[in-house]
Amino acid sequence: MNFFLILEQALNGLQLGVMLFLMAAGLTLVFGIMNLVNLAHGSFYMVGAYLAAYFYKTTGSWLLGALLGLAGTLAVGIVVELVALRKLYERDHLDQVLATFGLILFFNELAAMIWGRAALYTNIPEYLSGHVDLLPGLRYPLYRLVIIAVGLAVAGLLWFVVARTRLGMLIRAGASNRAMVAALGVNIRMLYTFVFGFGAALAGLAGLMAGPIYVVQPGMGELILIEVFVVIVIGGIGSIRGALAGALIVGMVDTLGRAFLKPALATVWSPTAADAAGPALASMLIYLLMAAVLALKPQGLFPARL
Amino acid sequence: MKKNFLGALAIAALVAAAPAAAQQKVKIGFITTLSGPQGVVGEYMKNSVELALDHLGRKMGGLDIEVTYGDDQVKPDVGRQVAEEMLKKQQVDFVAGIIWSNVMLAVAPAVTDAGKIMVGTNAGPHELAGKQCNELFFTTSWQNDDTPEAMGKVMQDRGITDVYLMAPNYAAGKDMLNGFKRSYKGRVVDEVYTRLGQTDYQAELSQLRSKNPKAVFVFYPGGMGISFLRQYSEAGLRGQFPLYSVYTVDEISISALKHAALGQYETRYWSPDLKNAANQKYVSDYRKKFGKMPVFYGAQSYDGIMLIDSAVRAVKGDLKNTKGMVAAMKKADFASTRGKFSYNTNHFPIQNFYLLKTVTGPAGQDPVMEIQKTVFTNHKDSYSKECGMR
Repeated sequence: MNFFLILEQALNGLQLGVMLFLMAAGLTLVFGIMNLVNLAHGSFYMVGAYLAAYFYKTTGSWLLGALLGLAGTLAVGIVVELVALRKLYERDHLDQVLATFGLILFFNELAAMIWGRAALYTNIPEYLSGHVDLLPGLRYPLYRLVIIAVGLAVAGLLWFVVARTRLGMLIRAGASNRAMVAALGVNIRMLYTFVFGFGAALAGLAGLMAGPIYVVQPGMGELILIEVFVVIVIGGIGSIRGALAGALIVGMVDTLGRAFLKPALATVWSPTAADAAGPALASMLIYLLMAAVLALKPQGLFPARL
Repeated sequence: MKKNFLGALAIAALVAAAPAAAQQKVKIGFITTLSGPQGVVGEYMKNSVELALDHLGRKMGGLDIEVTYGDDQVKPDVGRQVAEEMLKKQQVDFVAGIIWSNVMLAVAPAVTDAGKIMVGTNAGPHELAGKQCNELFFTTSWQNDDTPEAMGKVMQDRGITDVYLMAPNYAAGKDMLNGFKRSYKGRVVDEVYTRLGQTDYQAELSQLRSKNPKAVFVFYPGGMGISFLRQYSEAGLRGQFPLYSVYTVDEISISALKHAALGQYETRYWSPDLKNAANQKYVSDYRKKFGKMPVFYGAQSYDGIMLIDSAVRAVKGDLKNTKGMVAAMKKADFASTRGKFSYNTNHFPIQNFYLLKTVTGPAGQDPVMEIQKTVFTNHKDSYSKECGMR
């Protein structure tokens, strides 16, 4: 029984991890290649969730809604890059933070104007709801297994694109020396636009998968964004491998901390002390981890080599 | 020529009347949250204030009404600033509203120190019910501990043992679980606090299932409740462990939850199906005007305006007579949406609490909450003894 519980919690950690990875991959790429701090990354997560919910409602097909939501987020990402962010690459980080914070406010109010401030109803389609018995005594929601599968598939695809294709070569080159890539005649602006749109689409994918189990409302992106920043700091800014490792570590540490820290403390201290300290410590755990990583390896676990 | 002359006369009359009219107005400052994710609650409150004004014919005791709305952005300092501006610049006679307890604790003293009457329409921090109670402070809502106390009583009476408790890890979360434990004396399997604003509860739900409780009691307001309930249903726990809650399911979140809310128990002092003339008028007119089911935040705000109206009528529009208005308010002499209630010495309502269940709504519509039974009759909050007022 106890073994199954630990296994189930490990699955929960994995699921949270892949979700964080989808967000972190785009954020870390944009930072690594364009040297842009994009606080509005959470907005794409929200846009993905809203568009998918909207298209699901209008088309009646969840899959079609998801695909249109994904394409829509890609388009929104590209437009944002062309209109707003392009001018910010040469500015310092503080200007970027201010401008992208403005984008957060803009997108939140836009969503509130179009869809209202109340949370939106979305549900899991019939064929993805319910749960499966993985092992006798280990029941797991099917939808969460699908999230894990999609997340791992995207991670594999991303590895393939970055490590094995010409496009990936350009991305890697852009990350290590932008000026040189531009000097060699590569259209770096287009590469930037593409990478940014792609990163936005990944965040949108996370958002549209999160929609039916979390809450679709203005400002939903900011709830997860802080954890995503923790992920890329732990993993190493600009590194996809680091983002994957960081996301899985944060997902696991957070989940296992929430589940087992209090009972573990109770065996050492008195139960009342564990009751008081457990939840507080569990919610601090990933930040403590980040602080430890920063102290020992300031560049993160996998510094950017991609 | 004649026409022009008449026109000039009319204008002259208007100009002469204007200063008098400006003084003869009931000015109310209504503060709530109108921006950000929580702005949805403020929208329902504002709508309800407007509906109350419609029902009053936009007049109180023969005077015109002027309502100024303020946005507190869920921040105590902003709320206080807005209130001070209303008091000094607009020179309001009353301040009303406030969703959040922490904002209320900042705003209420500012208003009462200025000698004006504060009418709270949601937040009910225990400080204001007890040691910091004030002659000029009234509320049309409840004290924070009341609602979980009622749910504790329900579960105690049903003989439910082995309850699993969950709430976000912040002041109100702890208050809610403490209120629950004040009336529930059975065994508590575990008491779990989650991060404020948490979106994923799967880890906690796995732990919950492994503990195999007889029932679950939670407090998850706003978006947290929507996430929690969706995941609770999705994990297949809905049929396994009956779920009881306070402030987790309401008419705002039901439209996002739909079937995931079915079977949910809540305790409350108001419900759209409460049978009294004032409530039926409020609910049907609200649905007509705004096309949505109203929510308790709105009903309390509607009551707040009606309470102010009762005071202004009692002093016949003499807004300088604060003493007379306070005395009138103490009588709670107005048609409340929750039926007749009376005020305790601390100016908090003595009222009934009901058990509600989310059930399937009319065909093609969202689920609705229905009153199952009365839990407390004329319930007084637990802090009135600490208040020095008589």
